[in-house]
Amino acid sequence: MLQDIVVTSLVNGSVYALLALGFSLVFGVARIVNVAHTAFYMLAAYAFYTLFAKLGLHFALAGVLAVALVTAAALACYRLVIQPVREHEAAVLIATIALALLIQEVLLFAFGGHYLGIPSTLEGAVRVAGVSVPYQRFLILAVAAAVLVAMWALLYRTKVGLAIRCAANDLEIAALMGMNVHRVALATIGVSAALAAIAGVIVAPVFVVDPLMWLAPLVTILAIVVLGGLGSVKGSVVGAFLIGFVEALTVFLLPRGAFLKGAVALTILVIVLLVRPQGLFGIVYEEEER
Amino acid sequence: MYWLRRLFRWFAADVLALPSRALVALWVLVLLVLPVFYADPYVLRIVTLASLFAIFAASWDLLAGYSGQVNFGHALFFGGSAYVSAMLSVKAGVPPWLAVAAGTAAAALLGLASGYICLRLRGSYLSLATLAFPLILVGLLLAAPGFSGGELGLPGVPRLTNKPLGNYYIAVIAMLVVVFGLWALADSRFGLLLHAIRDDELAARAAGINTPRYKLAVFAISGAAAGLAGALLAHYMRIAAPFLLETALSFQVVIWGIFGGIATIYGPVAAVFVLYPITEWIGSFQAFGERRLLVFAAIVLVVLLWMPRGFAPWLRDRIETNCPRCKQRNAAWRASCRACTAPLSATERPRASGPRA
Repeated sequence: MLQDIVVTSLVNGSVYALLALGFSLVFGVARIVNVAHTAFYMLAAYAFYTLFAKLGLHFALAGVLAVALVTAAALACYRLVIQPVREHEAAVLIATIALALLIQEVLLFAFGGHYLGIPSTLEGAVRVAGVSVPYQRFLILAVAAAVLVAMWALLYRTKVGLAIRCAANDLEIAALMGMNVHRVALATIGVSAALAAIAGVIVAPVFVVDPLMWLAPLVTILAIVVLGGLGSVKGSVVGAFLIGFVEALTVFLLPRGAFLKGAVALTILVIVLLVRPQGLFGIVYEEEER
Repeated sequence: MYWLRRLFRWFAADVLALPSRALVALWVLVLLVLPVFYADPYVLRIVTLASLFAIFAASWDLLAGYSGQVNFGHALFFGGSAYVSAMLSVKAGVPPWLAVAAGTAAAALLGLASGYICLRLRGSYLSLATLAFPLILVGLLLAAPGFSGGELGLPGVPRLTNKPLGNYYIAVIAMLVVVFGLWALADSRFGLLLHAIRDDELAARAAGINTPRYKLAVFAISGAAAGLAGALLAHYMRIAAPFLLETALSFQVVIWGIFGGIATIYGPVAAVFVLYPITEWIGSFQAFGERRLLVFAAIVLVVLLWMPRGFAPWLRDRIETNCPRCKQRNAAWRASCRACTAPLSATERPRASGPRA
């Protein structure tokens, strides 16, 4: 039981971390509450399904291709749909919602509403401390860990990362320092979509794939980014593992816990907002303090 | 007779003078006499549902548009009230009218509670927190299926009246009363204070306005209006089910509100009456049937690119102009202002700020 909780919370937590990190970056840099974020995660799962199960490509190749395609699609969506209405905050919000619905409906049209199972990419399992952990879940952990380390390197060891962090900290000052904030925003959108796509590809063989799979994680990552502090990179990663752990605890320990896991995560969100509205590692933005 | 003449004069001078007001008057008239001329049950059903959703959208606009508390979980009031009303009438045998009133009151309380939680939050934080409330309620309802009916909800909710026309008029008249009430409220001093709170809460507080009290009040009023719509819907559809609390419904009302134009009240109502029949109509085609949401999202995206401020303000700007001198609104085709007779077209306008010899 204890080992189950640990493994589940680690696996779910790392998927949430990938998703929340991207969401948080886009909010920090572009001030967009990107409701379509997890729609790209879903899109990547479907792309992986098509490339791997339908066209029979090698799974690594299919994964890389799916991530590249979804990133390109996200950038195209940003240019076509979001950028023309960037000045109207409300319009951006509704545009991301409509975009998410659009992706959901296109997938429903193309693949149908039923659950799709994707065959495991890696067979076999290993026993760790008495529980058998399938290699597939190890793959999730390994990929997520590698990507998170790579993201850390990108954000804290490269010039692009410096620019992203600058823009997230204070957009106006960044623009005054001569940075092209539009290009930074575009780069951030790309990075964020790639993170969501990676998450979608690695969970596709484990979770079921259906056209509504974007809603549940969306709500969870909203809870996570608020818990960690909107726009905070460290906060989203820590928050992801915390929420993953709490969800696993709820599912395994409470009666009918599977129904309650969302409610428990969201109750944490509300409590955090009441006690510490800026979250665990939140930055208080200038125009939002007072 | 005198009052009748006065009413007529008011109508001719103030309502028909502006094309937007004339449109509103025409719309009210059509709603009231529609069953007499065209009593197709399918059309009446769509107008009934559109009326209920129009109340819902208008209440969201009062909260999000006027006071800036952009609520992402407005379905909480809608579905919460529907569940309270349905539970009272199904399980306790309370008469439907009383149950609707109780549901509305419960929604006002829910509004107060969520407003209280959100007092310290603003902007995106508030949106994300409010998104969570209806989902928490759904989780609780699904975890207690014996009490709430679980996934299937509570069927067999009694109707307010069994005559089809009765249901139509209940919805339409409730909608007209609530929407015009909210409109009047938004145009009053209260609405002005809400504008002030949205634009600069600190300044409003410095001017001596008790902002928390006003925020709580607007949450309660908006919640009650949405709750009335939800309870009426539950009694009309004869079911209260988890879909009334779904995120999709909360997003739907955000789309209606922003598509119609926020902080106008009439905008979201117009959006519902335009979008809802269109989506139903598209859904009635064999080829589109399942894909109405796809078409809906596509329409919203395309329209937003053309009118980012919303559909109703865009339309209003096309058919009306502001007088350059006295700021009165005028029909776009008038040559001179109806209040101060200043010429309206840009070419004929006298130098406004030019040198005066």
